Amino acid sequence: MNQWKNFNKGLIAENAIFVQVLGMCPTLGTTTSAYNGLGMGLATTFVLVMSNIVVSLVRNYIPDKVRIPSFIVIIASFVTVVELTMQAYLPSLFEELGLFIPLIVVNCLVLGRAEAFASKNTVWSSTLDGLGMGLGFTLALFMLGSVREILGSGAWLGMKFIRGDGMLIFVLAPGAFLALAYLIAIMNKFNRKNA
Amino acid sequence: MEYFVILISAIFVNNIVLAKFLGICPFMGVSSRLETSVGMTGAVAFVMVLATIVTYLLQYYVLNPLGLGFMQTITFILVIAALVQMVEIVLKKVSPELYQALGIFLPLITTNCAVLGVAILTIQGKYNLPEAVVFSFSTALGFGLALVLLSSIREALDMVEVPNGMKGIPIAFVVAGILAMAFLGFAGLV
Repeated sequence: MNQWKNFNKGLIAENAIFVQVLGMCPTLGTTTSAYNGLGMGLATTFVLVMSNIVVSLVRNYIPDKVRIPSFIVIIASFVTVVELTMQAYLPSLFEELGLFIPLIVVNCLVLGRAEAFASKNTVWSSTLDGLGMGLGFTLALFMLGSVREILGSGAWLGMKFIRGDGMLIFVLAPGAFLALAYLIAIMNKFNRKNA
Repeated sequence: MEYFVILISAIFVNNIVLAKFLGICPFMGVSSRLETSVGMTGAVAFVMVLATIVTYLLQYYVLNPLGLGFMQTITFILVIAALVQMVEIVLKKVSPELYQALGIFLPLITTNCAVLGVAILTIQGKYNLPEAVVFSFSTALGFGLALVLLSSIREALDMVEVPNGMKGIPIAFVVAGILAMAFLGFAGLV
């Protein structure tokens, strides 16, 4: 029952983007379409789960003083794995996401979970925690990407349903800020009603 | 002339926060007061230029000759983290006043994606060393400009009644969106 909670909390109640407001850079930078958001979310989820597993495995062997640098090395290794794999098998997505793939290293969400959860809990709970947080992050990115793609280019996952262009502003930089602002506001309303 | 183009492009056209979405965390975190955002800008400018120079030398004199290009991410983040620590220690000893002003912001900078982002962008943009210095410095200026603008507006926002759900982060994002729209006007300048 408790294990279920570890997984569950990351999806809505402690959602990385809507509630904790962590990892904003890739959220805004990569969500020009639903597909890109999904790709970025899954890449981050992979890094998050793997680094959570490794951190919780070695948590008793790392001296307290050097734990942050060690976590960063672990995370950076998995980011490099993602980077090289994506470059080999999904080159077009890799081009689109560009700079934001190496920048998963400095995503506060990943380091945050390593420090706040994986360094204190067992491997199994950390795996679930990473998976839940990652999927919550992916969900949020996918939602934001969908909103921006539907409004901005009148399409969803590449399927067009209007002729011509949409409201271009939503594909450009300002749309990212505005769409995210209103999504968070809607989530706030929803969460407060529940409470 | 070349340097001037880099300067204008990095500050206005490709503003690191409003057009490239790097460094959003400190942008949202410290932008509620004007004073702290000026301090943050100073710290970021300092670390960014230093980190760019060091990572540039590493890339071209260590990683490339040895064929270790794929180690870029790991090397850069470690170097930046170590650099921030060192800057903190040196500042504490050499100039306590400056440390007082920048001190609390320095640890935050390790996870500021703008610093790593600029280091990688410098390599991707194939700049030479002087250009890299100009590029990183003007990027920091652009970051500062966006931060100062947003924090001034947020200070004024405190006086205004905002709908309940929009309080805090959402309204800051709306303001950032409008600022980004204004900055779109610079597109095509360079």
